[in-house]
Amino acid sequence: MSGEIKTDSNLEKILKSGQFAVTGECGPPRGADPEVIRKKCGLLKSNADAFNITDNQTSVVRMSSIASAVIMMQEGLEPVMQMVCRDRNRIAIQSDVLGGAALGIKNMLCLSGDHQKFGDHPQAKNVYDIDSIQLIHTVRQMRDEGKFLSGEEIKGVPRLFIGAAENPFADPFAIRVPRLAKKVAAGVEFIQTQCIFNLNKFKEWMKGVVDRGLHEKVYVLGGVTPFKSFGMARYMAKNVPGMDVPEELLERMKGTPKEKQAEEGITIAVETIHQLREIPGVAGVHIMAIEWEEKVGEIAQKAGLLPRPTV
Amino acid sequence: MVVGERKPFDEITRMLEGHKKVLVLGCGGCVTVCLTGGQDEVRVLSSQLRMARDKEGNPLEIIEKTVERQCDPEYIDEVQSLVPEVDAVLSMACGAGVQFMAERYTGTPVYPALNTSFVGGSKKEGYYVERCQTCGECKLYYTAGICPIARCSKSLLNGPCGGSTKGKCEIDPEVDCGWQLIIDRLESLGQMDRYEEIMAICDWRSNRDGGPRKMIREDFQR
Repeated sequence: MSGEIKTDSNLEKILKSGQFAVTGECGPPRGADPEVIRKKCGLLKSNADAFNITDNQTSVVRMSSIASAVIMMQEGLEPVMQMVCRDRNRIAIQSDVLGGAALGIKNMLCLSGDHQKFGDHPQAKNVYDIDSIQLIHTVRQMRDEGKFLSGEEIKGVPRLFIGAAENPFADPFAIRVPRLAKKVAAGVEFIQTQCIFNLNKFKEWMKGVVDRGLHEKVYVLGGVTPFKSFGMARYMAKNVPGMDVPEELLERMKGTPKEKQAEEGITIAVETIHQLREIPGVAGVHIMAIEWEEKVGEIAQKAGLLPRPTV
Repeated sequence: MVVGERKPFDEITRMLEGHKKVLVLGCGGCVTVCLTGGQDEVRVLSSQLRMARDKEGNPLEIIEKTVERQCDPEYIDEVQSLVPEVDAVLSMACGAGVQFMAERYTGTPVYPALNTSFVGGSKKEGYYVERCQTCGECKLYYTAGICPIARCSKSLLNGPCGGSTKGKCEIDPEVDCGWQLIIDRLESLGQMDRYEEIMAICDWRSNRDGGPRKMIREDFQR
């Protein structure tokens, strides 16, 4: 897949040049100290092409995605600003799109967002004025047509490379490919998937994606998360909705001595990346080392993904 | 129907502090059907209140009455002679009924005895479920008769989020994923093509965002 470069995004250029892309992730702090992000940036720098800045993930209040992204840019890294529909109506969303773009952010990930029930303010009134597919469409309209949802003209259009998430492991499985098709129709340009542990199921989903030719219209980056321990693997298998951790992986982590489990987790992540590279239609990986940012470089290195190309 | 639940007894007694004589007013509409605000409930609540206040040595005089519907001027006119006799009205209707009473009887405080919960129906006796959030723009054609606004925890219009597992919602393993229900039914009806259409952004003006809603039947106006 090629095509005209629409933004100044490094991630877009890497993907459109046909190279296997790598993205990472950075969770903003639960406070106003910018040094926390600067430190994480030091660990992440040069290990991926762009880095997601999460937007109040798991509905816990954190430093805003836009502010954190700006701090990241000051450190020389390219952010992917995440934006969830949970906390903003269409007025706030469009306003933040303009603000983020004005501050130099070049990538945006459109998400519905975790339900507030899981966070630190379960009493909050959620918004969900629009959903993630409508959000993709909104940003696309703002960028390509230079128009607000109201139809009014935007003076100074936001030039953002537009992404979204997809979970091949959530139910009902029958609509997971059609759902991606809807995101593609809405105008998404890259997709980061939920953490992949069940490779067979992921391959089945990718086959559906390729059969419909969707891989020619959107870049799919497979999500990879290293287990820190057997405890974490078990927690993800049992308590994280929409997560599919096969029994054999749990057994493998359980059978590893405790002091070696972190290393085994990394090995599994590296093996997963090697396998993902062989799957037709996969354009890159999204390494989500949750609060374990220092390991992204090691994983990318061991998977043969470093140094990252310059475009 | 509108489903309401009775407020905690302590909250009701706090509202009635300082009052000596009250009208406990039931509603014969929805809250009678969902067994929370009809004649029987008026009797039970009144007895509880009398007993509690007697125990305190601070008796409460109560007039018990239930009207056909509190959301209709014609029926609340029936208590016109009773209201001046009491120093407060405890309404066992939904929020609409409480407000109709307050608008009609401006000189008397009107308190709610129920928390108005949702628009739903009864699965079986004593088991009520939400089915409609009165958005004012019914989408049930596209979604096989199952409402994504009421039944998806995030009110998503274009399909399930990534948290749907084994047909259940991520917020609670007891809660059905509204979108799983929609997809299952669309499949069984052979209407899956409807899922692939992108549902446009909602016009929430038909919801409460346009201010209090009204419906006027011109043919009934004089």
